[in-house]
Amino acid sequence: MLKTTLKNECKKLCRTVIAGLCIYGALLTSSLQAAELGYPEKEELKFGFIKLTDMAPIAIAYEKGFFEDEGLYVTIESQANWKVLLDGVIDGRLDGAHMLAGQPIAATIGYGTKAEIITPFSMDLNGNAITVSNEIWKQMKVNIPKQADGRPVHPIKADALKPVVEKYLDEGKPFNMGMVFPVSTHNYELRYWLAAGDIHPGFYAPHKGDTSGKIDAQVLLSVTPPPQMPATMEAGTIYGYCVGEPWNQQAVFKGIGVPVVTDYEIWKNNPEKVFGITKVFAEKYPNTTIRLTRALIRAAKWLDDNNNANRPEAVKILSQSNYVGADYDVIANSMTGTFEYEKGDVRSVPDFNVFFRYNATYPYYSDAIWYLTQMRRWGQISDDKPDSWYKDIAAKVYRPDIYMAAAQSLIDDKLMSKSDFSDLVGEDGFRAPQKHFIDNIVYDGTQPNAYINKFKIGLKAGDKL
Amino acid sequence: MTAVMSKKVLGLAPMSNNKMIRSFISEKAQALILPMAGIFCFMLLWSFTASSIDTSLGKFPGPSAVATQVVNLIDEHNAERDKEDAFYIRQDARNKLRMAKDPSYQPKVRIYTGKETFLDQIFTSLVTVISGFLVAAVIAIPLGIAIGLSKTLNTAINPIIQIFKPVSPLAWLPIVTMVVSALYVSPDPMFAKSFITSLITVTLCSLWPMVINTSFGVASMNQDWVNVSKVLSLPKHVHIQKIVLPASIPAIFTGMRMSLGIAWMVLIAAEMLAQNPGLGKFVWDEFQNGSSQSLSRIMTAVLTIGLIGYLLDRTMLQLQRILSWDKSSAQL
Repeated sequence: MLKTTLKNECKKLCRTVIAGLCIYGALLTSSLQAAELGYPEKEELKFGFIKLTDMAPIAIAYEKGFFEDEGLYVTIESQANWKVLLDGVIDGRLDGAHMLAGQPIAATIGYGTKAEIITPFSMDLNGNAITVSNEIWKQMKVNIPKQADGRPVHPIKADALKPVVEKYLDEGKPFNMGMVFPVSTHNYELRYWLAAGDIHPGFYAPHKGDTSGKIDAQVLLSVTPPPQMPATMEAGTIYGYCVGEPWNQQAVFKGIGVPVVTDYEIWKNNPEKVFGITKVFAEKYPNTTIRLTRALIRAAKWLDDNNNANRPEAVKILSQSNYVGADYDVIANSMTGTFEYEKGDVRSVPDFNVFFRYNATYPYYSDAIWYLTQMRRWGQISDDKPDSWYKDIAAKVYRPDIYMAAAQSLIDDKLMSKSDFSDLVGEDGFRAPQKHFIDNIVYDGTQPNAYINKFKIGLKAGDKL
Repeated sequence: MTAVMSKKVLGLAPMSNNKMIRSFISEKAQALILPMAGIFCFMLLWSFTASSIDTSLGKFPGPSAVATQVVNLIDEHNAERDKEDAFYIRQDARNKLRMAKDPSYQPKVRIYTGKETFLDQIFTSLVTVISGFLVAAVIAIPLGIAIGLSKTLNTAINPIIQIFKPVSPLAWLPIVTMVVSALYVSPDPMFAKSFITSLITVTLCSLWPMVINTSFGVASMNQDWVNVSKVLSLPKHVHIQKIVLPASIPAIFTGMRMSLGIAWMVLIAAEMLAQNPGLGKFVWDEFQNGSSQSLSRIMTAVLTIGLIGYLLDRTMLQLQRILSWDKSSAQL
């Protein structure tokens, strides 16, 4: 008895020691690698993007020579829509791209095109808004409480839109709104905002072949590429949309619509775009992967340096026709810390676009899990999954290990200082429970199933359409 | 005027020298003045209507807006070339540094990664249309001659041609794109996939008019010449070289000119649709940008496309004049 216990203890100890040694060895080699990061295996790269201001880190890394500093010769190419962009990365036409956070996740779980895509770098926080047409705004406005100065009280909730939607439904007219992609942040944000105001945005049922997301819907959501949003709304096909900048400010400038709520107000400091590459690419070209992550981290830092001091220069770069290409004033409206809602109603939103502060670039597992919870909530994931599944998928797609290797080598090369990453020492990849949602529901990334059960509208544990 | 000319040619009514000079001058003047007047009226009408159309991107661009953009686009082109030079200098320095560290390193010069300017896009489109057109000509002309010479072959192939002829090459585009992606795989490709896709699209649409016109020209050859060839019992290749080709040159060129015109139109649309580099992409990108300059830039591109289409046609005509024995067939 005693003998066996002793033996077991001995075994355990041995195992621990071996495991410890292994970890130590791994750390040693990894730190050695970090100390002398080799030349990139692949030097000529092509990155795709969609014309949105949050592609800025890529443009800045190019224009400021951060890519070249890493020995990378990058061509940047705008893509027609998110589907073309994703297919480009999957079939190798593009080496990497500015992606919606939901895209690598959905590709990995096989919703839409199945492919293993990872992300070592989260591109930004916030940066989207919901805009409605002038006609809808006129009808909505009467339902919104006013401040002392006569301007509407913010944040505007979907409660104000609900009577308008009901009126349209009573008249037998469908209420259409646009978002940019079925697994886009915008889809989930628009749904979150509508559902928080008790408007049903509809379920998906992929197991029945229904991927239009309109089951039980009061508002019908459809896909439109970002740059075409204002034109589509102007044509009357949709009454409103959720999109990134500058396409909300464009609506204000053109006088065709009014942004009602920013995603900062729906969920303060929500993760938005990521930089996606295939898993095969990361395995085949490890140095290239770390080097491009380094360049992007430096670009993100440049964008936020000295309290956004570089933003005007960034706006100038983005307004070039080969990047975002919209007018300087339109882009500047949201990138320089303000946001114009109704024409003339300019409010200060200093964190509307965050590129580096608040660890914006670190790929948190909890961010990936939030997207998974929303996919489950709206039926894109048909079946119940255990909490562990959510964590496994997040760990497959989000790769803080690559990020930290890049950060460490930047510190070693004295290109950035330790203090730039001080919050990330010992980071486990889960943000502390987040409170600032428009409906005051608290999100804890470690408990995805419990979180899903908190919503009034949406699938809950055990539900299946 | 034609009446006078023909009389002159036939020598029926000899004119005095004075009269001839006068008519020559007035002819030249008309050839110059009338088009000028037409263009002037068009400009007037254009700037008048432009100023009365308001879009959400501002006023519709008039002639002056387009002129400004032409200057802008050329400036941008020059600025980009300066950036390109700087890029190569930086790259050279980086290569030297690496060679100093690692003598076994083989320095490699990578091509400039910056954006394509308007002038670059024009060049890309021109190269694409001409290469696609040449590929089509290489296939279509021999095929057309074969079909024109052999009734059997004509009957066999005609239905296929008739079915494929009316298909818009843009309908082929998705298939072409997928097939090119699947088959054209090489680690270091000589041409970009997008170039191959555009080229095949251009080839597909230029093929049919050339095949049909060539076979028609060959089939409707003057029977006397065929008989001459028969009497001399010319070998097949000499028959084609000395009799068939010269006889059908006008018809072949009609087909070629038609093809080139269609090819140029289709290429622009294909570039827009497939986002392949070229003028079409330029137009689409500007549309997406939605900046206050976008419309005038698109208008500039539209006029450029028209001008180039015109020049392409004139070039073909000039070529026909050089190659054809019957100069009168090469009229506008």
